[in-house]
Amino acid sequence: MNASAHHPSRSRYFKIWAALMILLFVTWAVATLNVGRFNILVAMSIAVVKMLMVILYFMHVRYGARLTWLFAAAGFFWLFIMFTLTMGDYLTRSGFHHG
Amino acid sequence: MSNHSSAVAEQFEDAAQQYEAATLGMWTFLATEVLFFGGLFMAYIAYRHAYPGGFAAGSRQINLVFGTVNTAILLTSSLTMALAVHAAQGGKTRAVVRYLLATLGFAMGFMVVKGLEYHQDFVEHLVPGRHFTTDLPYGAQIFFVLYWAMTGLHACHVLVGVGLLSTLAWLAHRGRYSTQYYTPIEIGGLYWHFVDIVWIFLYPLLYLIDRHA
Amino acid sequence: MNAESLTLMAEAPRPAETAENYLSVGHTIKSWLLTTDHKRIGILYLFSILVFFLIAAVAAALMRLELVTPPGDLVTSETYNKLFTVHGVLMVWFFLIPSIPTVLGNFVIPMMIGARDVAFPKLNLLSWYLFLAGGVVALHAIIVGGVDTGWTFYAPFSTTYSNSHVVEMAAGVFVAGFGSILTGLNFVITVQKMRAPGLTWFRLPLFIWALYATSLILVLATPVLAITLALMSLERLWGVGVFNPKLGGDPILFQHLFWFYSHPAVYIMILPGMGVVSELITCFARKKIFGYHFIAFSSVAIAVIGFLVWGHHMFVSSQSVYAGMVFSILSFIVAIPSAIKMFNWTATLHRGSISFEAPMLYALGFLGLFTIGGLTGLFLAAMALDIHVTDTYFVVAHFHYVMVGGMVTAFMGGLHYWWPKITGRLYPEKLAQLAALVMFIGFNLTFFPQFIMGYLGMPRRYHAYPPEFQIFHVFSSAGASILGVAYVLPLIYLIWSLWRGPVAGPNPWHATGLEWQTPSPPPVHNFDYAPVVTEEPYNYPPLSEEGEPVPVHV
Repeated sequence: MNASAHHPSRSRYFKIWAALMILLFVTWAVATLNVGRFNILVAMSIAVVKMLMVILYFMHVRYGARLTWLFAAAGFFWLFIMFTLTMGDYLTRSGFHHG
Repeated sequence: MSNHSSAVAEQFEDAAQQYEAATLGMWTFLATEVLFFGGLFMAYIAYRHAYPGGFAAGSRQINLVFGTVNTAILLTSSLTMALAVHAAQGGKTRAVVRYLLATLGFAMGFMVVKGLEYHQDFVEHLVPGRHFTTDLPYGAQIFFVLYWAMTGLHACHVLVGVGLLSTLAWLAHRGRYSTQYYTPIEIGGLYWHFVDIVWIFLYPLLYLIDRHA
Repeated sequence: MNAESLTLMAEAPRPAETAENYLSVGHTIKSWLLTTDHKRIGILYLFSILVFFLIAAVAAALMRLELVTPPGDLVTSETYNKLFTVHGVLMVWFFLIPSIPTVLGNFVIPMMIGARDVAFPKLNLLSWYLFLAGGVVALHAIIVGGVDTGWTFYAPFSTTYSNSHVVEMAAGVFVAGFGSILTGLNFVITVQKMRAPGLTWFRLPLFIWALYATSLILVLATPVLAITLALMSLERLWGVGVFNPKLGGDPILFQHLFWFYSHPAVYIMILPGMGVVSELITCFARKKIFGYHFIAFSSVAIAVIGFLVWGHHMFVSSQSVYAGMVFSILSFIVAIPSAIKMFNWTATLHRGSISFEAPMLYALGFLGLFTIGGLTGLFLAAMALDIHVTDTYFVVAHFHYVMVGGMVTAFMGGLHYWWPKITGRLYPEKLAQLAALVMFIGFNLTFFPQFIMGYLGMPRRYHAYPPEFQIFHVFSSAGASILGVAYVLPLIYLIWSLWRGPVAGPNPWHATGLEWQTPSPPPVHNFDYAPVVTEEPYNYPPLSEEGEPVPVHV
């Protein structure tokens, strides 16, 4: 028998989808406003929230084993290492930023 | 503990172990995909930092309508994929096939829109290469390189998804899956959701850099 | 027997071998090429990596021959560039990275954890075909003219100025890389999910810990290499400039992406060797390993911290000095877990009952040679010293000490150790001990002079040099010929043992571990029953009862 657990109901899936579509609209709407440095921050935050919704609900991580959560997070953690240490070089170099 | 079900491969003790191994295996594969795309995202971050003006100008050239529509398509396809897995849990074969075909339809719709978009980009001379020239600010060419590389790699993954979904739909139609065994649908779903997640990031990074008038 | 069958066993089965085993179940080529048995796949890999090793060794031999005299007179500069590229590409990706994981790991891991096979046997076979396909493409690239960029493929030479078969070689590495990703994936899931009942994490042999850590790196680092090679190829083929300064690109980004993979790759190469050494030291000192938890955690620590240090390959690249400082301190830190292992191995030897069979000689050689290699790595981690010796033979000596003195030595040790299990035969011990000794001497003669001449300024990748370096090169080349002998000897006597070696019983070393509880060679499914583990690993009996096999509850 296939493992476990509680899975979301159909109506839960539809609610998540609705939330995703709303967030898509918000992303687009905010992009058309000029909020300077916040544009990228808002856009990325919304993208992260959307991603978490897909991972936790559509991909069942919310209802699955801890180990699955760990494996799901691992790739992103390593990406974070790559981004941080590499930008550590670029941000401390002069002449790389053009404008 | 031995298991007489033909759906359990001989290296496993039981169906539960097989299911857990398959799921964890797919998550491990997705981690490799995160790092695979990650190299492109790294290049994006470095060069957007270097050329904010060029990137913003480049972003304004590509078609926001196509990009937004495609995002909506993929998000909806994730819904239908999740519903397919849900139906498989309940053993509802016809619903499984319907939802898989719906997901497949959205996937192909995505490719159609992408095709139209690429055609337009091509006509507007937004393809970098040896003969590329532009009046856009410095760094725009690198934006386009990353635009084509990232959406191109993503499109390859959508195509693979099309193959996967077709196969799953066919096998489901042939009665291969049941409440006892629907693992391929579930891990196929994991792959498809990953493809969606990549696009969730590509959309704002490529299409929404500087859209305020 | 039909004309196309392959026979790897003795013609007439002896009484101990009448039971069917994984070698005797099928003799056709098809039964080998379509096998999903992890043991057969391990052997398929063994043959494949041997081929690549030989080609890369020939390239090295030509290089060492050229270097005997100061003028570059044996080959042209461009040919010399192609030789060291072939040597590097084949040795790194087609020999070292696969070696212990795909040969010994494939063979031994399922048995060590009491499983019938790996989690995904068909993916296992696919990984071998991907490895082979990549290898064929790489060999073709060599045959049609080779590549002269060095195994590091630096932009902009690789992307713009080289006139050699860069994309094809990169394609070969790309494909083989996917094979290695699948191997890593398979091992992670196998160890995670298929351990026998009672086999908790801290009852696992340290070889498993080492290979699990290796597999984490394989899975997380290799995809970055793949995308980097793809970007490089894109630029070379279509002039799309992500690394080209003329188009606003940064060649250093290539190096960041390349080394993000390639530094962890060196830990892919050494961790399995360390795992083997743990097994050898405890067995041939007949003593429970000292500091099991420390060694286990240090493997994981090396895997994780190993991802944080890649910039130490880029100190002189125009990377920012601040980034260099960060990478430098992190590189000092990554040495700590390796040092912890060295101390624990030494402590295991202390007051052990040491015997000097060939596997132990290789393990002891590893201890000495890896110490030298590792310490010189620390020298290189210090930015100021690195600037002086960058791109000299000092670096070349450092990595050969860890890769060859460390990893290849460990591979030889592991091969000898598990040879009886794999083949059911014993190799000739005296000859093997001699080969180990010759290898140690030949190796040091080859590479120790390189530290000196590197420090004195001899650049790497040069085939013409000032006369004052000649004495070092002569020693080095002489050593290389001795090293060659030391590698040929095992090739000969191991093959000889397949027909003439004495039959090995299930446990000729009286070692602990589930793999020694099966017949030699093992049956197809390893165990007829799932073993239940209730004991700590390495439960060697006290010295007074030396020589008695350790019971494992079943």
